[in-house]
Amino acid sequence: MYDHWILTALLVWPALGALVVLVAPERAAKHIALGVSLVAFALSVPMWWRFNPSGGMQFLQNVPWVPAWGIHYAVGVDGISLFLVLLTTFLVPLSVLGSYTYITKRERGFYALVLVLTSGMIGVFVALDLFLFYVMWEVMLIPMYFIIGVWGGDNRLYAAIKFFVYTMLGSLLMLVAILALYFHAGARTGVYSFDYYQILRASGDLGQAAFWCFGAFFLAFAIKVPMFPFHTWLPDAHVEAPTAGSVLLAGILLKMGTYGFLRFALPFFPSVGMHPVVQAIVITLALVGIIYGGLVAMVQPDFKKLIAYSSVAHLGFVMLGIWALTIQSVQGALLVMINHGISTGALFFLVGMLYERRHSRLIEAFGGIARVVPLLAAILTVVSLSSIGLPGTNGFVGEFLILIGAFQTHPWAAGVAAAGVIVAAAYLLPALQRVIYNPLDKKENEKLLDLTPRELAVLVPLIACIVWIGVYPKPFLDRMEPSARQFIQSVEPHLPAVSASR
Amino acid sequence: MTASAVPLIWLVPALPLAGFVVNGALVFAAPGAKRAVSAIGVGVLLLAFAVALAAVLGYAGAGGGAPEVFTYWSWMAVDKLQVAFALQVDPLSCVMILVVTGVGALIHVFSVGYMYEDPGYARYFAYLNLFVFFMLILVLGASFPVMFVGWEGVGLCSYLLIGFWFGEKANADAGKKAFVVNRIGDFGFLIAMFLIYQNVGSLDFNAVFAAAPAALAGVVTAVCLFLFLGCTGKSAQIPLYTWLPDAMAGPTPVSALIHAATMVTAGVYLVARCNVLFAMSPVASSVVAGVGALTALFAATIALQQWDIKKVLAYSTVSQLGYMFLGVGTGAYAAGIFHLATHAFFKALLFLGSGSVIHAMHHAYHATHSHEDAQDMRNMGGLKRWLPVTTVLMWVATLAIAGVPPLSGFFSKDEILGAAFARGQAQGIWYLYWAMGLAAALLTAFYMTRLMLYTFHGPNRTGEKESGHLHEAPWMMTGPLVVLGVLAAVGGALNVPAIVGGGARLERWLAPVTSAGAALLPAGEVSPGTEWTLLGVAVLIAAAGIVGAFRLLDLNALVPARSAPAETGFARVLARKWYVDEIYDAAIVRPVVWLSRRVLWQGVDQGAVDGAGVNGLARAARALGWLGSRLQTGEVGFYVVLFVAGVVVVLRAALR
Repeated sequence: MYDHWILTALLVWPALGALVVLVAPERAAKHIALGVSLVAFALSVPMWWRFNPSGGMQFLQNVPWVPAWGIHYAVGVDGISLFLVLLTTFLVPLSVLGSYTYITKRERGFYALVLVLTSGMIGVFVALDLFLFYVMWEVMLIPMYFIIGVWGGDNRLYAAIKFFVYTMLGSLLMLVAILALYFHAGARTGVYSFDYYQILRASGDLGQAAFWCFGAFFLAFAIKVPMFPFHTWLPDAHVEAPTAGSVLLAGILLKMGTYGFLRFALPFFPSVGMHPVVQAIVITLALVGIIYGGLVAMVQPDFKKLIAYSSVAHLGFVMLGIWALTIQSVQGALLVMINHGISTGALFFLVGMLYERRHSRLIEAFGGIARVVPLLAAILTVVSLSSIGLPGTNGFVGEFLILIGAFQTHPWAAGVAAAGVIVAAAYLLPALQRVIYNPLDKKENEKLLDLTPRELAVLVPLIACIVWIGVYPKPFLDRMEPSARQFIQSVEPHLPAVSASR
Repeated sequence: MTASAVPLIWLVPALPLAGFVVNGALVFAAPGAKRAVSAIGVGVLLLAFAVALAAVLGYAGAGGGAPEVFTYWSWMAVDKLQVAFALQVDPLSCVMILVVTGVGALIHVFSVGYMYEDPGYARYFAYLNLFVFFMLILVLGASFPVMFVGWEGVGLCSYLLIGFWFGEKANADAGKKAFVVNRIGDFGFLIAMFLIYQNVGSLDFNAVFAAAPAALAGVVTAVCLFLFLGCTGKSAQIPLYTWLPDAMAGPTPVSALIHAATMVTAGVYLVARCNVLFAMSPVASSVVAGVGALTALFAATIALQQWDIKKVLAYSTVSQLGYMFLGVGTGAYAAGIFHLATHAFFKALLFLGSGSVIHAMHHAYHATHSHEDAQDMRNMGGLKRWLPVTTVLMWVATLAIAGVPPLSGFFSKDEILGAAFARGQAQGIWYLYWAMGLAAALLTAFYMTRLMLYTFHGPNRTGEKESGHLHEAPWMMTGPLVVLGVLAAVGGALNVPAIVGGGARLERWLAPVTSAGAALLPAGEVSPGTEWTLLGVAVLIAAAGIVGAFRLLDLNALVPARSAPAETGFARVLARKWYVDEIYDAAIVRPVVWLSRRVLWQGVDQGAVDGAGVNGLARAARALGWLGSRLQTGEVGFYVVLFVAGVVVVLRAALR
């Protein structure tokens, strides 16, 4: 029973919750939203055990939606999307709880939008019908636009519009490509359908058009990742977004780009995506992202912007892992997608908490606060270490798997990426030092309050995941492995023959 | 022995980890509970030492030799890559855990006295316990990745403890520098692991070493050089040594534990552990030995002209680590580990001794509200009057490091130099390494005697008022010093060479680990006559350094730091450490920051991508829109003209 309704419930429940929040009293909005998101999380947890590691797509549900156009309500998850769904249901309650004191105006609207966004995000990860996928992709775009544009910082409108136009540009082209695929598959088989598997089967012989379709998907997803040079919306969006917006943006929305490559762009067009030239370009851009993102992060005066650029570097690792196409590198990429949501999410929470205390995100506004807020400083240290991939934390396992896997097929690329490990220490540790260490030389910082129980409740689950995945990632890796293997098989025949995978 | 203690090996790292957890909780729950903190912090170390000793005895009782691997859980397992969380007990890790927990326990006891007044007492012990945990993982790990957990973990603790007094920017800077520089080395370690896995398909020590001769033949030099890059970071060798002298910003017991006795020797341990790989590559071995010899000599020259007592010891440590690398690079793996152990005794003693000196100086200046430098030897002099125990014990350590027989350092250093000389028969370059090592030995004897003379002898320069407050440290601090003094004196007994009638016990004990590597090396035996000559030369060199210092240094000419003139000429170059920090800053740090800020961020990100690209497109779109809006003039005549023009164009196109 559970297996049949769970995904639908996860899709519908937050949206229903949003309606309730909208009509609820202003002061109750956040509590209701927290309750709704906690229920969603509780509902999703059994999926962890119900999921059969050796099976493919599970929790399937498929009913016709608009039969005339071959549109279905088709959902399901495999080892790739399972963790993204769980990450979403895990991060949303924390984001709501983390916004309790941050959001002070129009609370109803804010929490309703967060819940709508939740439905949209889950929808993107579970959709097995391209029309449904596209609808969900747009559904999550709009709440995020308003979250940034209404509850954001001083420059919020510029950031929101930049975010919207960037994403829209990509997604419109993607829509064209989806339609092209739909008509192509229809013409070939006589069955016009947006069904994922239908299109997957028919996408093999697109000929010249495959190149353009891949290009359209690529642009949509590369913007989302974001890959250099499509990344400049990210620092602006992150800096201006309220904490919950940044957390969900980094934690979930960025993963839609890499997820899109794994689920759609590469399985549909393996011969384009893995063409040596395309492969060389993508891996080069991934490396540029790792090194460039790190170096630019190093010189940011704004802590939030620093984290934003560090995301460019982390996602560069993911892209490298996907395109290196070994079992370790792909699994590492999947794990880094989870890790980045946890660690960068925690970093954004912490910067938000600092901002609430001090009304500044500038690194130089702080200094020596470990003496005043030791608990916050300790947690910030642990999270930073996870972000720079210290062994024993989640960050290490993911990056190590990507690098050791990528080294088998692309030793030079892995070598350059490994140098990113040095850069990571060079951007995060100096910032950490300038915030929590050094002399306590600013009067405003002398009276800061340490973490409240509510804030601890936000951070402790994230810390627990950092250690869990760092020490015992096996339950994650086991559930991912068959899907990662299947992804590689679906793409691999189109690899140039020289590469031997281990 | 019925029930062996070897399976209890997991307790050895688990105890300090538990200490970290409890003390870490106390930092927030009850930072004032200093008695509880000391009991836990020191207690877990003493227990860990006891368990380690029992395990080693159990292991030796069962015959020893073959490695015993204990696997606890699967850590990273993807396809062929199978990394388990596993610990390994073998002769080498036995030696290391005894040094780490033994010397570690003594330093923990000392810390109780040294740090008791510090408001961060609980935090200090939490960090110290965590460090010991990671150090034990480093030496007990049964595979490269598990070792790497310890490898980076000790780096983290080093970072936290160097910057322990983070309220001063210099201290926090030093901690950060240590971490970032070490990360450069860790990059090498990572690449080496990738190469090994690519060629062997495993990262477990035993599997790798067994397969190495066949599977790694083509890349072994690269593997070794990348591993050694890691060593130059962790063990402070050229070119990555610059963080260690700065690391003296941490509390002095930390310098003794991390930056003298244990962590910085991790690189030596790594080479000894991978002796098969290094023995396979004469090039890499030569690089290890050469860099070691060069570092030994280079760091010794800097130590000649330092005034800060801890800085002298820091450069001395860099120099002595160079000796160890000369040893393991030469193929004298046991000799390298031997020097690692004796160095742990005498250098920990020297650091802790300097700690009790600084403790006394600090109290004196504190009592008189003076702001003089409590670590500058120019402010000391004649301290033997107030610190008799410390003076005697530090002389023992000084003579040991200088290589005076029959103290521990004499045997271990001589064995390294002897092995280097013997290897010269097969590869002449080793004669050069030997000569550099010998020259460094001369300088070592000189600068250590200088340190002793300036600190404890001659007239006192602390100040009239201040000297009245000088006093010997409490027994909590001198007790560990006495134990280390005994070890520094008789530690040579571990491995007395055959030529003077010893049994070379440590060498035989380590043979099961080192024999595989040793078998690949050119045989290097020297005649007993040559060996006696070498011994004689070593003793003469040590004596020359000590006597030279006594004769050349004028203790009465020294003035307190505040009125001391700046050095000139070559002395200035040495005092400024050959300007290496300045060169790195100008050649690497500044250019990278400039590139990142001016070119990448402001140039590419804000200028090209955002300015010209994104906002440029936006401007172009707006311009197009403006053009379009201009067309809507509202005048019918204009529309008609356009309409006709359009019709003409379309018709022409259609009629062609």
